Amino acid sequence: MGYDPANPMADRITDIGPPHYEQFFPPVVKKNYGKWLYHEIIQPGVLMHKGESGDECYTVRVGCARLISIELIREICDIADAHCDGFVRWTTRNNVEFMVDSKAKVQPLMDDLKSRGNKFPVGGTGASVSNCVHTQGWIHCHTPATDASGVVKAVMDELFDYFTSHKLPAQVRVALACCLNMCGAVHASDIAILGIHRKPPMIDHDAITGLCELPLAISSCPLGAVKPATVKNSAGEDIKSVKVNAERCMFCGNCYTMCPAMPLADPDGDGIAILVGGKVSNSRSMPMFSKLVIPFLPNTPPRWPETVAAVKNILETYAKDARKYERVGEWAARIGWEKFFEKTGIPFTIKSVDDYRLAYDTWRTTTQFKFTSHIK
Amino acid sequence: MPKHDTPLLDELEKGPWPSFVTDLKRQAEKKPECFDILGQLELSFKDKITHWKHGGIVGVFGYGGGIVGRYSDVPERFPGVAHFHTVRLNQPSSKFYSSAKLRDICNLWEKYGSGMTNMHGSTGDLVLLGTTTPNLEPLFYELTHDLNQDLGGSGSNLRTPECCLGRARCEWGCYDTQDLCHTLTMHYQDEIHRPAFPYKFKFKFSGCPNDCVAAIARSDFAVIGTWRDDIRIDQAAVKGYITGEFAPNAGAHSGKDWGKFDIKKEVLDLCPTECMWMEGDTLKIDNSECTRCMHCINVMPRALRPGKQQGATICVGAKAPILDGAQFATMTIPFIEVKKNEDGEFAEVVEVIEKIWDWWMEVGKNRERVGETIMRVGLPTFLKVMEVTPAPQHVKEPRSNPYVFWQADEVEGGWDRDVKEFRKRNAQ
Repeated sequence: MGYDPANPMADRITDIGPPHYEQFFPPVVKKNYGKWLYHEIIQPGVLMHKGESGDECYTVRVGCARLISIELIREICDIADAHCDGFVRWTTRNNVEFMVDSKAKVQPLMDDLKSRGNKFPVGGTGASVSNCVHTQGWIHCHTPATDASGVVKAVMDELFDYFTSHKLPAQVRVALACCLNMCGAVHASDIAILGIHRKPPMIDHDAITGLCELPLAISSCPLGAVKPATVKNSAGEDIKSVKVNAERCMFCGNCYTMCPAMPLADPDGDGIAILVGGKVSNSRSMPMFSKLVIPFLPNTPPRWPETVAAVKNILETYAKDARKYERVGEWAARIGWEKFFEKTGIPFTIKSVDDYRLAYDTWRTTTQFKFTSHIK
Repeated sequence: MPKHDTPLLDELEKGPWPSFVTDLKRQAEKKPECFDILGQLELSFKDKITHWKHGGIVGVFGYGGGIVGRYSDVPERFPGVAHFHTVRLNQPSSKFYSSAKLRDICNLWEKYGSGMTNMHGSTGDLVLLGTTTPNLEPLFYELTHDLNQDLGGSGSNLRTPECCLGRARCEWGCYDTQDLCHTLTMHYQDEIHRPAFPYKFKFKFSGCPNDCVAAIARSDFAVIGTWRDDIRIDQAAVKGYITGEFAPNAGAHSGKDWGKFDIKKEVLDLCPTECMWMEGDTLKIDNSECTRCMHCINVMPRALRPGKQQGATICVGAKAPILDGAQFATMTIPFIEVKKNEDGEFAEVVEVIEKIWDWWMEVGKNRERVGETIMRVGLPTFLKVMEVTPAPQHVKEPRSNPYVFWQADEVEGGWDRDVKEFRKRNAQ
């Protein structure tokens, strides 16, 4: 038995889907499924859920990189075996959750986690900065405009104290996407770190014939900046290719997604934009998009000091000024975006004024505004 | 494979947050190709650009998704990552695991891959990062035969569905998110594994309007739990919050002194519809005015609970900005009971999904998300396709232009007129 390379279709199994979730529930979860009464966060990173049965489920949430090794997963399994009947879960924000069925089991678990160096920081609950969700970046992607894991590590090091405490006005969701494709969407995050390009695509006329379907490359451009063209390749032959009207390029990179002969990444052109004030929850206000407040910061590996400082400044200005329960976007909407720029000291530039589709929705069509230092 | 000097990456071993560099170095002791991951990433840190080539179509026989091809553009320097394909495993609903299951996956990945993973990818898959083309078929064989585990989606197909943890460990799950997610995942295995759509299509399932899996921002088909009767109130517990016996917001603000809990300031005045008030020390709610935002329930979880008549609202068409700009999902089905029939299927939800697909597969353009198709043809057309009765709930406000696309059969006498007859009465 086993895989036979001479006969790869032999006794093939397909379309079986994921294993059923129920077999992975800790006993206290299985018993109280659908019968939970309420919860409390007894300290940062530690949740208690109370069931109608009177049962209690204690959850210890720990921060974790998204990029992790099987060695680390095995260590997480060791901890789950020692304390949690061999069960563990991940949250949608890459945190690991260890669950136990009594308060007495919490401290031994916490002591174990602490004994393992800085691998398992406890936190990410309540009015904190929870773990930063992110994309692949330079570790594994072909279109990034910045790294992901490296920037996130640098940002979370600086915000660590906010991960392990409850001192913010509300939860703050920080997210990073390493290009405009946003395979990890950051368009509804309190603070979004977004990799952007700033140079139009180059065209590799020697490679385009074999690599690209020209009509797809042409139609990929939302602004019609890619046009068909007959050009000479480096062998001097006339070939069908494309040309790019650079003045119309909005640097989305969609042409490169469709046509590998149109690379646009560049060490100086690429960098990071910061967007602020998005939220997903329907709590109080409706879901909101993040808004562009810093159009460009350079890529400065290994620790991206400009990006880290920008995120920290926004977070701490908000923390000082916002009311209890107010998310970053609710705070900015209440005080007005002119005040947001004034209080954070972020220079307002014309690049924050929308000139793409649906732009009019964001222009001010009232005489109501606040006189800030922007009005001379 | 030798170690490479990584002075830039070494800087990321400092600081209190867990270091993926330290982790990679530990893994490299057992899986030396991780030295080449570090080496190539160090080169990217130096060059400020990626060193992965564009694309590369690889997969397992019979599937059109689940594996993403990846090749280094400097394979001579880093042969360990010359091929470095991604394998997406469909995660169990809401990401609970047994250590036994995880160890099996780790052993499989030690045998066939780099040892590096993402727990988890942005759509929810358990992502295995880095293997070679010859390893794919044997890996898939052992995955399905020995681990009883399948691949997730990639490309223009149904992407791996994802849900919040719902009723497993939350008191607010207004329907069984995990059951719906798992049942639909099994129902649509063909759509997950064999791309047949204009573009990707995502399902996300949240149990309440707090929307912990960001369904309304990130999924083409968002099912978000809600209720349509009265918020359940425990008046004794309300008093407990007022007297300070219970911490507001479940203790979420414990790290700063915000003063004594003030129910007027923190609950009544923050209610977006102002539908709550106190009569003496009794909390009153005009539930007919409530829009179920969850704020009061979030702040006083011991006192308030969602009503008992539970179900979900379905919103359609969210996506990130590429290309026309970001879209949230548009409220389409105000309320649906999320119930299984005797065949174990969520037939009513399936009917809604397939109405969307039947239409979108016909009119959707190549690489057009369903939200963009709706934007292109207009919400009125989409509501007709969905056979939904239009209601004020479908809009934030009525349109402010008069450009209605009237149909001939809506106008008395239709559109067929005789200009000669017209001129007899109305001269040029």
